[in-house]
Amino acid sequence: MALEERKYAAYLCKGCGIGAALNFESLAKITKKEGKIPEVKEHDILCSPDGLEMIRKDMAEGFNCLLIAACSPRVKYEEFDFPGTLVERVNLRELVAWTQEPNEEPTQMLAEDYIRMGAAKLKKADLPEPWQTEPISKTILVIGGGAAGLSAALTAARQGYPVVLVEKEAQLGGYGAKLYKSTPTGYPYSALVDSPVHALVKEVVAEPKIKVMTGTELVQCAGQPGLLDVTVSRGGEEETFRAGAIVLAAGWRPYDASKLDKLGYGLSPDVVTNVELEEMARKGKITRPSDGKAPQQVVFIQCAGSRDPEHLPYCSDFCCATSLKQALYVRQQNPEAVAMILYKDMRVPGVAELFYKEAQSDPGVMLTKAEVTQVEPRGGKLLVKATDSLLGQNVAFEADLVVLATGMVPATADNPVLNLDYRQGPGLPDLELYNGFADSNFICFQYETRRTAIYAAGAVRQAMRMPAAIEDGAGAAMKAIQALQHIEAGVAVHPRAWDITFPDPFMQRCTQCKRCTEECPFGAIEEDEKGTPFYKINRCRRCATCMGACPERIVNFKDYSVDIIGSMIKALEVPEIEDEEDPKAPFMIVGLVCENDAYPALDALAQHRLKLPPNIRFIPLRCMGSFNLVWVSDALSRGVDGLVLLGCKYGDDYQCHFAKGSELCAYRLTKLSETLDKLGLEADRVQQFQIAISEFDRLPSLLQEFVDRVREIGPNPFKEM
Amino acid sequence: MNAADQKILVIGGGMSGLTAALEAAEAGTQVILVEKEPYLGGRVAQLHRYFPKLCPPTCGLEINFRRIRENPNITFYTLAEVTQISGSAGNFDVTVTLKPRYVNDRCVACNACAEACPAERVNTFNYGLDKTKAAYLPYDMAFPFKYVIDPEACVGDCGQKCKEACAYEAIELDMQPQTLNFQVGAIVLSGGWELYDISQADNLGFGRVKNVITNMQMERLAASNGPTGGKILRPSDGAAPKKVAFVQCAGSRDENHLPYCSYICCMASLKQATYLLEQDPEAEAHIYYIDLRCPGRYEQFLWKVRDMAGVKLIRGKIAKVEQEVGSDNVVVTAENTLGEGKLTAAYDLVVLAVGMVPSTKNAPLPLPLSYTPEGFIIPELLPDGITAVGSMKSPLDVAKSVQEGTGAALKSLISLGGR
Repeated sequence: MALEERKYAAYLCKGCGIGAALNFESLAKITKKEGKIPEVKEHDILCSPDGLEMIRKDMAEGFNCLLIAACSPRVKYEEFDFPGTLVERVNLRELVAWTQEPNEEPTQMLAEDYIRMGAAKLKKADLPEPWQTEPISKTILVIGGGAAGLSAALTAARQGYPVVLVEKEAQLGGYGAKLYKSTPTGYPYSALVDSPVHALVKEVVAEPKIKVMTGTELVQCAGQPGLLDVTVSRGGEEETFRAGAIVLAAGWRPYDASKLDKLGYGLSPDVVTNVELEEMARKGKITRPSDGKAPQQVVFIQCAGSRDPEHLPYCSDFCCATSLKQALYVRQQNPEAVAMILYKDMRVPGVAELFYKEAQSDPGVMLTKAEVTQVEPRGGKLLVKATDSLLGQNVAFEADLVVLATGMVPATADNPVLNLDYRQGPGLPDLELYNGFADSNFICFQYETRRTAIYAAGAVRQAMRMPAAIEDGAGAAMKAIQALQHIEAGVAVHPRAWDITFPDPFMQRCTQCKRCTEECPFGAIEEDEKGTPFYKINRCRRCATCMGACPERIVNFKDYSVDIIGSMIKALEVPEIEDEEDPKAPFMIVGLVCENDAYPALDALAQHRLKLPPNIRFIPLRCMGSFNLVWVSDALSRGVDGLVLLGCKYGDDYQCHFAKGSELCAYRLTKLSETLDKLGLEADRVQQFQIAISEFDRLPSLLQEFVDRVREIGPNPFKEM
Repeated sequence: MNAADQKILVIGGGMSGLTAALEAAEAGTQVILVEKEPYLGGRVAQLHRYFPKLCPPTCGLEINFRRIRENPNITFYTLAEVTQISGSAGNFDVTVTLKPRYVNDRCVACNACAEACPAERVNTFNYGLDKTKAAYLPYDMAFPFKYVIDPEACVGDCGQKCKEACAYEAIELDMQPQTLNFQVGAIVLSGGWELYDISQADNLGFGRVKNVITNMQMERLAASNGPTGGKILRPSDGAAPKKVAFVQCAGSRDENHLPYCSYICCMASLKQATYLLEQDPEAEAHIYYIDLRCPGRYEQFLWKVRDMAGVKLIRGKIAKVEQEVGSDNVVVTAENTLGEGKLTAAYDLVVLAVGMVPSTKNAPLPLPLSYTPEGFIIPELLPDGITAVGSMKSPLDVAKSVQEGTGAALKSLISLGGR
């Protein structure tokens, strides 16, 4: 909005106890004089129809930059949503009236500072316009033609999106196509059924919007979402095409049974894996590989490799149900045969329990909990030794055939698969946190990866059974479609799926320090051959980590920039401290807080009417990753006595929705103490705390202790300068 | 009707329904979300933390609520029940009844009505562990952030004290039920689950033996916005328990109660053991189980908890739970299936890992649907245009609910005719 078009008005709400806690005459004066907003109106209940009518009338007269000093921006959002108008909400209710002593001087000072900061932001912010991308490809690349990939391809195509389905094997279907029968996929959850993959393959082949490429390997994905250049290789011939988004459904392989020699694999041909047994069943006859005879006594060993820190440190999910199924194969083939399943815990959750009951009702299927210690060949048979069984401490079972229920290894365990031509590497980051699976860190947002518009599905994402993988394919396809729509419209994707701002760096001042390219959690920034960074905007999630990383402070968003936050800090009225021993001495602290977790926790604290120290001026940040060290200088050079940073929890179970924000903020602070030392300022003046959104009750004492610590250190010596 | 103009109706505003609604809305489709409670979020809003990350559900809810705030494609209704559905895919005619909230949109959540209100109600959000006033906010981070009046608890003879106290003209004690009609092209069923009424299992003592609580009550006790401010205290005397037994499969995997496994209870009890030990590192948590079902990478959470001092995993089926004579303690008798015979031990508190029942078991939807004998929807028999998600079909956890909700959004879009 051009300066000459801007017409400012401020509205001060007196409702919810705000009016009773503050001197409005003084507040209005500050708004006018210091906030430089000539039009200031008060209302008893600004969110009431009458109050809103007043605002709308002013808007009709051309007021287009509005300061609304009332409640938290998290509430009454519909009431104060005026599209096409710049609105800055100042939270005088939760952060002042509900958490401070009414009509005290520090309370009034706090409210006035919030007005100053709000006005400063309103002056600097602007209405965003979406990024204009070049025309994008709506094609969805699906990597992997197993259950999840087939489902993703089919659902995406049925929603009208062209799909290229790349499968490295000669045939579609993955392991699902190699089954004799599937465990139950529907009611009554007790009968074996044909693998649902066969029907999926037929539908995919018949679907005109899906181009199937079998015997094809992915060589490279370059570019950015909407504009990905995908190179594949088929029979040695390379081909490149455009795609917009990717569903990674590269599936799994069985764990290498040769590592399980303790369980007899390789020592006797009559020790086979569940995959090998399935193959036999599919070909029509289960026999002992050693002599071709039908086995009378078959022992299944569960968790062969799985749930074992030496092998696979996770449960492979499908093996219990699969062994129950294969035990039924053995019984169906030979009603005289006995199938015994040795398990640690029988894991058939949910309605799959009903299948377990079905198998248990077969008198020839024996089940016992046991820890198998060894399998040895013994006189043409096999001896399975176990402990901790329901049948006693040390037991041994004789078997004609032993089946090892080997687990799943995801395709991404040792191969990036995606082969991204991204500066930060060819695969998805963080895989080590999930034992090589391409999983999401977010329980609430299962398809989130750290590579925009790339979503994983099926067993490459989590150990799962086929019906779940089919569901999962549809979920990932949904996210891929949504990403394409957002990218085309210039809107961010999750978690800021409404945001049309984008980073707009002032490149002339770039020093090629590479911090932005290294720190971007989403790998959105590349470098040209001279080392100058440039954005691939369609990869960007708008967390503003680059803005925090940049020592030259050149990264800006229309409504969020280093300058905007800096201007808010500089707008504070920092009083002199005459008597630092006075418990009411006006020590001044700036609080920079994560807007998703810490800020709502402050609101919750207010809802509980807990008290906050009046010294702290809170400023919400998009993400703590956008924290720029210059704000510390901005604050300290103005005489601010301390800064408190409230970010979310980091570490392996990080809670940051931009993955690294809080952690990067902490990292930047480690660089700060040197600077502070040089200035003769105490490092303790700036501290970060990790706060979960639910920990509102921790905040009052934590913040008071910080204020007390700053008080102990004493006033900022720069105050007098 | 043009496919692009068609809407999706999502019935149930818990995690799977919220997800389905938001994913469809963020793909540009109009969505109507109806929820029978006065707030969105469903069961997860009542959880202290999620397994295995031990992160608070309100964190993801905050993002989802912001997605709703920022997205004009979603219209949601609370205290709303679907009373009639007719028509078929592409053209469903839906009737929704809105129960009166008795508080209108002018409410600012200032708490004045609750302060003035003389009547109390059992706090269902906290599973009966405390009370609220008849005029109440469902919980501190409720969305929408609005009070509600419970007509069953409101005595109505106090002279309308709440109305007098409200400076915002937000109280409307004569508010009437409203009926809304919608034409939608597709429907997502995400009605969620309820705890099984475990008082039906006589041997487990719930409701008769002091200091026997459910797993959901344990969540509320541990939550900082719960009845005890986050301190785990036993109900009889408010003492912090030192020795706690967790009884797995309370109702589940039992032909007399629920023949299926409820999926979440093993992980939930392991998680709750961490709540206890975080508050008192000297405390003991004994988990009595049949099988520990921690699929996928949840296995590592099992290892982490198993290795904590104070945690004991005991394979055994609980025979009975009784009051200790002369004390508030609880005596648990178990059949140890690993050959040690009968075990008896006394505990300060017993937590029953109660299983889940689909909400359709007790309140079937106004649709000719096929249900299993346990009340789950049989998805393969659903009419075109209708998708069931989450615990409507089989017990599952939050992660799986989110997966299904996301997929259901696309299936619904497809049944609108694609674009």
